[in-house]
Amino acid sequence: MKVKRLLITLIILGSLLVAPTDSTMAAGDELSGTIKEDGSTSVLPLAEAFALRFMKLHPRVRVIYGGGGSGTGAKDCAKGQVDIGATSRELKISEADLISYPIARDGVAIIVHKDNPVDELSLGEVARVYAGEITNWEEVGGKSGKIRLYSREEGSGTRDVFESKVMKEKDISGRAYFKKSNGEIQTAVARDPGSIGYVSLGYIEGTKALSIEGVKCTVESCKKGDYPLVRRLYFHTKGTPDEPVKAFIDFCRSEEGQKIVEQLDYIPLTL
Amino acid sequence: MPRYLVDKISRKAVLLCALASFFILVLIVVFIFRDGMAGFIENGIGAFLFGTDWSLKRGEYGVGVMILGSISVTLGTIIIAAPLSITCAIFLAEIAPPEVREVVRPAIDLLVGIPSVVYGLMGMVWLVPLIRDHFGGGGYSLLAAIVVLTIMVLPTIISLSEDSLRSVPRHYKESALALGATDWQAIWRVLLPAARPGIVSAIILGMGRVIGESMACYMVIGNAFAFPSSVLDPSRTLTSNIVGQVEEAAYGSSHMHALFACGIVLLVFIFIFNSVSFTMGRREG
Amino acid sequence: MNISPRVTQRIAFGVMWGAVAIVLLLLLFIIGYILWRGFSSLSFDFVFGPTTEGGLRAPLVGTVYIVALTLLIVVPLGVGTAVWLSEYAPIKGRFAPFIRYTLDGLAGIPSIIFGLFGAAFFVYMMIGEQCILAGALTLACLSLPFMVGAAEEAIRSVPKSQKEAALALGATRWQVTWRVVLPAALPGIITGAILCTGTAIAETAPLLATSGFSAFTPHSPLDGCRTLALHLFYLATEAPCTGGVTHEDLVDKAMGVGVILILVIVILNLLMRFLSGRYIARMRGGK
Repeated sequence: MKVKRLLITLIILGSLLVAPTDSTMAAGDELSGTIKEDGSTSVLPLAEAFALRFMKLHPRVRVIYGGGGSGTGAKDCAKGQVDIGATSRELKISEADLISYPIARDGVAIIVHKDNPVDELSLGEVARVYAGEITNWEEVGGKSGKIRLYSREEGSGTRDVFESKVMKEKDISGRAYFKKSNGEIQTAVARDPGSIGYVSLGYIEGTKALSIEGVKCTVESCKKGDYPLVRRLYFHTKGTPDEPVKAFIDFCRSEEGQKIVEQLDYIPLTL
Repeated sequence: MPRYLVDKISRKAVLLCALASFFILVLIVVFIFRDGMAGFIENGIGAFLFGTDWSLKRGEYGVGVMILGSISVTLGTIIIAAPLSITCAIFLAEIAPPEVREVVRPAIDLLVGIPSVVYGLMGMVWLVPLIRDHFGGGGYSLLAAIVVLTIMVLPTIISLSEDSLRSVPRHYKESALALGATDWQAIWRVLLPAARPGIVSAIILGMGRVIGESMACYMVIGNAFAFPSSVLDPSRTLTSNIVGQVEEAAYGSSHMHALFACGIVLLVFIFIFNSVSFTMGRREG
Repeated sequence: MNISPRVTQRIAFGVMWGAVAIVLLLLLFIIGYILWRGFSSLSFDFVFGPTTEGGLRAPLVGTVYIVALTLLIVVPLGVGTAVWLSEYAPIKGRFAPFIRYTLDGLAGIPSIIFGLFGAAFFVYMMIGEQCILAGALTLACLSLPFMVGAAEEAIRSVPKSQKEAALALGATRWQVTWRVVLPAALPGIITGAILCTGTAIAETAPLLATSGFSAFTPHSPLDGCRTLALHLFYLATEAPCTGGVTHEDLVDKAMGVGVILILVIVILNLLMRFLSGRYIARMRGGK
């Protein structure tokens, strides 16, 4: 696999070195054109980093990234409005006619205020807390006080993963504070002693990430697969992609691409 | 080109321009209703208006909570903003020394132009932690929204009320003064009643602004799908619901239809406010 | 009542001074707080750096694009409407009041509704994707009533004698409008354009689902973009934190954007006051 990927990268790089010498004739081989992407904001930092690096390698390619959210990404991609739709969750059945390429992995951490004595919850407890069945920290071994829930708005891929892996049949209580980003939840939880929130792994600083089912929430435990709340981040295309989209996706999944993944505190695909 | 032809063409052109506003209004109503009615039909009108569940997962949408949220934010804001801004308007129209007015009026005009996201940011950064640390709760709350919206709507109500105070004929007040009334008695007993229709329509217009304000409200209200039991609880309004989800909803989905239906409910509120304000203005004239 | 009217008046006036002081202090505090916290985050790299590295280049360019396009659409449309209303509309007809009523109606519609409309009509019906053009069209619809209001006021204040003199010399209606009325009304029209500029810069809700959102510097009206106000909202509520940037840093940056926005609004306001004051008088006097 690796050799093949390397070979592809080499071929692409090689064609690039040759191509600029004859700009009119070799237009078919040379990578040029515009790649349009949109979708999940969780993938956005990664997609931007990929795009910047890729555009440096291939100056005649433009990658345009719009926001939106996982739902928008899948929908626009199916409609052909964008070349690549990014989601931070798997496709739903209604979206299944797209081709998916995992590009990285990401953990979902359950965070509380630093001074909260609670260190660990089971998946079941987290679900009951978020369903509004447990409303006081006392019930899960903390100091007496109302639990304030912080959740993401509808359409967030992080929320989808949280709902399918934690909530399962239950619904997130309407009493939660609904936010648009990991960062805002992080700040709110860091300052609000009675709070609990769920965020991407890169957003736990200043808060305490709870152990889930006895497994600490760290990049290592996510890499090993011990921590239960790990998800993949995806690019999707409608049908087999043409150049330069194909080259871009291959680049993201290549070793060089995965290095960017690690630099940005996501979890690389391999292993 | 002969100038008479130019004259003819230009006459048609400006007429077309004038018709544009009408077409835009019609298009807005048509397009909001086209998708919004789908939202009403998919959920059932009763279930949509009075339902308290808004769940993408189950495909059920109800805006009962948000209607109550919008109404409570609007009423809360007006209860604080109306007396404060009328007081300021009387001050500016009647009592303020000219040099004070010279400074205050432009300042107030300036504040109308400041983007609502700036007020919202201020609320997020300063007001929310203040409420969290001193009053309890999570900070993002009905109270935070009311305070931010009060600040935003003050300039509007002040300048409209001041205009209507100024439009009261001078001899009303002068006759009262001639009869031996004090300045304040003349203001309170003569000027204010005379300007009342204008002031009331200013307040109603302010209510329209408050219920339609979206960004600042979204940033501080916490956006819970539950009716608040106190002003320190988070809530959700029709507008904040749209802001929170419009970017994520796919056009043509039942989710988007439900958001457009929120827009219809909002338009109905605005229509009611505008009609009341319009009839008030009529009575004055 | 056993309190004398004089005392009542004292109390009432005292309360009023107090209320005004509270309002002014509150407003001063808000502006001061944002300026104070935001100024420290302003730097050359932040303001002009590429947005993919945390700078403001894309929203700056995007704002200029959106404002320019909005004005390009709304100024001719607004001035045309104003000319029709004040010069061409039948005096006794019901049509002119009807158009005025629709303009009032437009002015009362919440900006978020314009956003939904723009998404449905301009984005999905006409253009097919979220882009600067769709955002500008949406903003043009929103700011049309303000443009018409300002232009009509300016046109109406052109002395009748000037128009009549031109008509008497055999000019057509349009020649009068083009050569006499519009030049004299120019400061007022510019005031209207500044008003629309302010609106386009300040409004965020109409652009949420219409203007795209790209972090890349736009090159054509069909590219996506965000304006400064939208970028402020994005930084404060949506932006992901990468490369050691915390949400607090993002909020500080948002404050920096707030400072820029406030400064721009202040400058626009001063410009408007300048125009509506001395300049108009001089223009009229000179003609």
